[in-house]
Amino acid sequence: MKAYFGRRYLISASHRLHTAALSPEENRSTYGKCNNPHGHGHNYVVEVLVAGAVDPETGMVINMVALDEVVRARVLDRFDHANLNLDPLFMNQVPTTENLCKEVFALLKEALPAGKLERVRIEETENNFFECEGD
Amino acid sequence: MISLTRRATFSASHYYWKPAWTEEKNEQVFGRCANKNGHGHNYTLEVTVAGEVDPVTGFVVDLKWLRDAIDREVLAAWDHRHLNLEVSEFAASETAATIPTTENLAIAAWKRLEPSVLGAGGARLSRVRVYETPEIFAEFRGEA
Repeated sequence: MKAYFGRRYLISASHRLHTAALSPEENRSTYGKCNNPHGHGHNYVVEVLVAGAVDPETGMVINMVALDEVVRARVLDRFDHANLNLDPLFMNQVPTTENLCKEVFALLKEALPAGKLERVRIEETENNFFECEGD
Repeated sequence: MISLTRRATFSASHYYWKPAWTEEKNEQVFGRCANKNGHGHNYTLEVTVAGEVDPVTGFVVDLKWLRDAIDREVLAAWDHRHLNLEVSEFAASETAATIPTTENLAIAAWKRLEPSVLGAGGARLSRVRVYETPEIFAEFRGEA
């Protein structure tokens, strides 16, 4: 029987939204205060949803300890208390939460058992969030 | 099609233990959840039903009716209970017991609620989500 298991994690990180493809004026008009030169930070909530058959032996879709370890190794250690703009993944793309969500999905998909990852949702603040389901 | 969700809370205790396994294997797979003295949680249950809006009442279902159904079908049996010892889905027999994981709670709550929702006419059960803590949840959408 297919069920879903979700777990929420916290990362604190800084970023600045700025792209070399736009002029300084265009960057300011596009990104507003998110373009301020020294960056700013957020407490991001990363919600990971995995899906699959409930193992009749354990009653689990995934062992949470194993999920925690993958998320810690691939995502939390990498991004928590870091400047996202300096991460190699954001050398050629702006660290918007859309792009962060996409990259976190890819990092976890690669490390979790095939077909398990259903969705990654990242809440940048209490009032905005982003979701990625692959494709 | 509109969906609506009602939240309810219940408090219960449980532990994870598979009788066919050794103590070492249980502890290795289930960690601290395998402590046979049990532990407890404040669970949040989210029940989502979906259907068409009734042109007269403007409701998909009456929220008070949904609250009463959740109280009657789920909370009356689970709230302030030891899931392994007192709740039929998980206490069936010591050897064949279903482990009261969050996943299995979501499936069991679905099975308890589905007949009532179908019987009320007009709406169907769409999703049941169970939060074990604010950071951990499982959901069931009736899929095979």
